[in-house]
Amino acid sequence: MTTTAKAAPRRTPLWRDIRIIRVGLQVAFLIAVAALLVWLFDNLTVNLRGLGIRRDFRFLDQPAGFRIPGSDIAAQSPIRDLLAVGFRNTIRVAVPGIIAATLLGIVVGVARLSTNWLVRRTAGMYVEVLRNVPPLVLLVFTYLAVLQRLPTVDNSIVVAPLVVLNNRGIYLPQPQLEGNVVAFLAAIAIAAAVAVVAGIARTRRFDATGRPHRRVPIGIGIVVVLAGVAWLALGRPLTFGLPVLEGRVVRGGWRTTNEYGSVFVALVLYTSAFIAEIVRGSIQAVPKGQSEAAQALGLGGLQRLRFVVLPQALRIATPSMGNEFLNLTKNVSLGIFVAYPELLRIGRQAIGNGAPAPQALLIVLLGYLLLSVVLSVLTNLGNRRLQLVER
Amino acid sequence: MSTTDPTTAPVRPTATAPPASRLGPLAWARRNLFSSVWNAVLTVLVAPLLAATAYFLLRFVFVTGRWDVVIVNLTNLMIGVFPRSELWRLWLASALLVLVVGLALGNAVAAARILATERGTFAAPGAWQTLRRLAPPLTLLLIIVVFVRTPTPLLLLVGVIVLGLAAYRVGLRIAVRHRRVVQLGVLLGVLAAQLAVTSFGGVSRTAWGGLLLNLYFTVGALALSFPLGILVALGRRSSLPVVRGSCLVYIEFFRGAPLVILLFAGWLVLPFFLPPQFPTPNVITRVLTILVLFTSAYVAEIVRGGLQGVPRGQWEAAQALGLSPWRQTRLVILPQALRSVIPALVGQAISIFKDTTLVIAVAGMTEVLGVAQTLTQQAAFRAQGYILETLSFVSLIFWVGCYWMSRESQRLEARLGVGTR
Repeated sequence: MTTTAKAAPRRTPLWRDIRIIRVGLQVAFLIAVAALLVWLFDNLTVNLRGLGIRRDFRFLDQPAGFRIPGSDIAAQSPIRDLLAVGFRNTIRVAVPGIIAATLLGIVVGVARLSTNWLVRRTAGMYVEVLRNVPPLVLLVFTYLAVLQRLPTVDNSIVVAPLVVLNNRGIYLPQPQLEGNVVAFLAAIAIAAAVAVVAGIARTRRFDATGRPHRRVPIGIGIVVVLAGVAWLALGRPLTFGLPVLEGRVVRGGWRTTNEYGSVFVALVLYTSAFIAEIVRGSIQAVPKGQSEAAQALGLGGLQRLRFVVLPQALRIATPSMGNEFLNLTKNVSLGIFVAYPELLRIGRQAIGNGAPAPQALLIVLLGYLLLSVVLSVLTNLGNRRLQLVER
Repeated sequence: MSTTDPTTAPVRPTATAPPASRLGPLAWARRNLFSSVWNAVLTVLVAPLLAATAYFLLRFVFVTGRWDVVIVNLTNLMIGVFPRSELWRLWLASALLVLVVGLALGNAVAAARILATERGTFAAPGAWQTLRRLAPPLTLLLIIVVFVRTPTPLLLLVGVIVLGLAAYRVGLRIAVRHRRVVQLGVLLGVLAAQLAVTSFGGVSRTAWGGLLLNLYFTVGALALSFPLGILVALGRRSSLPVVRGSCLVYIEFFRGAPLVILLFAGWLVLPFFLPPQFPTPNVITRVLTILVLFTSAYVAEIVRGGLQGVPRGQWEAAQALGLSPWRQTRLVILPQALRSVIPALVGQAISIFKDTTLVIAVAGMTEVLGVAQTLTQQAAFRAQGYILETLSFVSLIFWVGCYWMSRESQRLEARLGVGTR
């Protein structure tokens, strides 16, 4: 044995070993973060105890002591029930708002690429005006300067027979179900099933023969005809309650309060401008060759858009659209500024009536975070379905 | 978003644009408005709508709008409840800010020109081009000047503008190698400006209001969230799972939460998180803290995008030079990452500027939207629907500011060639 072989290789000292350093750094970071959190929580406990504020969530069961406009929930109901109403009110703006903003945004986004100069410029102005104004200014403007300044009841604007507008709210036709409701709904379900089966059959025939399947108009036709027959046969179970102005009251119809109307309108307008930009960008990102190839195949303008360009653009747009849906949902919390009873407003009122602020705000925050999480999961699912499966 | 056709990519845009096609008005209309039946129908439908909108808008601005409410309350809208006897402090602060920003801007432009000259792409901007770029803020300035009814603020305004232009000229002549000094000067100038207003018997920030408050929150939140955001972005890209996870939670929490709720929490709950013996921070500090925490999450995501865009080879090259990890990041990676995300950061600035309206959620904050709403309760303007005029004015201020910034960011994006290089 030689001496060189005997000499043990020099080991890296522990404090220079990258593995040790990595673990050490992470432990130190973890301790620092944990210490900060413990310190903050400890301060919270001490402060709340000093002020005699409870540190549990029992306030949820106590009577709220205030009422929610537009809801018949009693003031004596526990706070948790009122918060639930607020949560529902948030969703009542968010879901229809997302749908409306998407439709409007697609129309404006496509219009921005129109070959018609006037249409293109108008859509461009729409986008530039709306997205460069704070959503809150838009909301307050819609509420105070537009809806609240509508004429009084006696001078209501009536678009007979559908809409009545005045400073108390917007009255729209209200669908009313009465009589053989179950049978009617069952008939619609059966009609839908028949339409789906017909659609599948038409698609098979299209695959086999190549003749146009026209499954959408055929399906809609089946549903309309069958539902119409059922409607007549069952003695008109579905009617529309139309708003009627009688002197100083509006009877019938579905009333949306100005608070709801302003939040809905402002957020839809604001978000649609952003969605329009996303749609425009995504359409432009589809290679021009795609559109030209579709033209070479003999597809018309709308067909090119419907079958070739939009499906590909949608794929590019989905992640950004999901972001805008999230923004709209979060912005429903601006409703508090026009006293729309969404979750934050209810929480704020509860705090005003003696609920402890940290817990109440935490619940409001969790409510909104829950909505955010659900929405992003849904968008991710949609995104995964739309993405190309690369082989 | 833009894609580059590989066959045309290497061709540099030449100075001579293709000759503009000359179309007569009729031919132009046929091509752009009536090219097909569908387009003709659209034109006929949209044109009257547009004309009606323009008519009502112009009539409102020049005929029916009762702008006396804005004229009388211009100072209220600009600075809210700020004590009028201390106005000179604001003018002094404006002068200081304009001075340092002018110097820095001039210096930055000088540096850019040297770079452009080296590349042979330098073209002196024409007067018309400069005017177009500055059109939005100049329009706003003009509108405000029209509403001013006393000579003193006008004279002071002219003085500040002249000072700014002079500083810009001087900045152009400062050697580029002194740019660190100039940048330090900006920092000191901003601090001095705040001290000039708040210290030496000055006005506490809780007595600020109006547009001043919006601008203060915008600049403050952006400036302070920038370093924090970079740190969080680096943490988000760290190879240490614990650090990465923590930064991820931070970012996702603040991006998922609505700002209004966070502001309420900052106002009502934040003081509870400090030890009882600490003095409670004033309401401005609390709101600013929340805005900084909130914004830095967004800045972190933007910077992360920039970091991801830096090719791996840059890290490896920096490593090969024997730089320490910290210097690799600071000297090689961050300069490239930050350069590419400047447009997105301007977008974030727009977003914060718009979000500053939300601080009216906090009691006692009278930023410009809050002022606009209270003006209609003044004895002279009560219950006469003046809200339309005040809100229009506020919308205009925000619109011009945001529109200008977004146009500049688009210009920067084109200049930096993001996505096309």
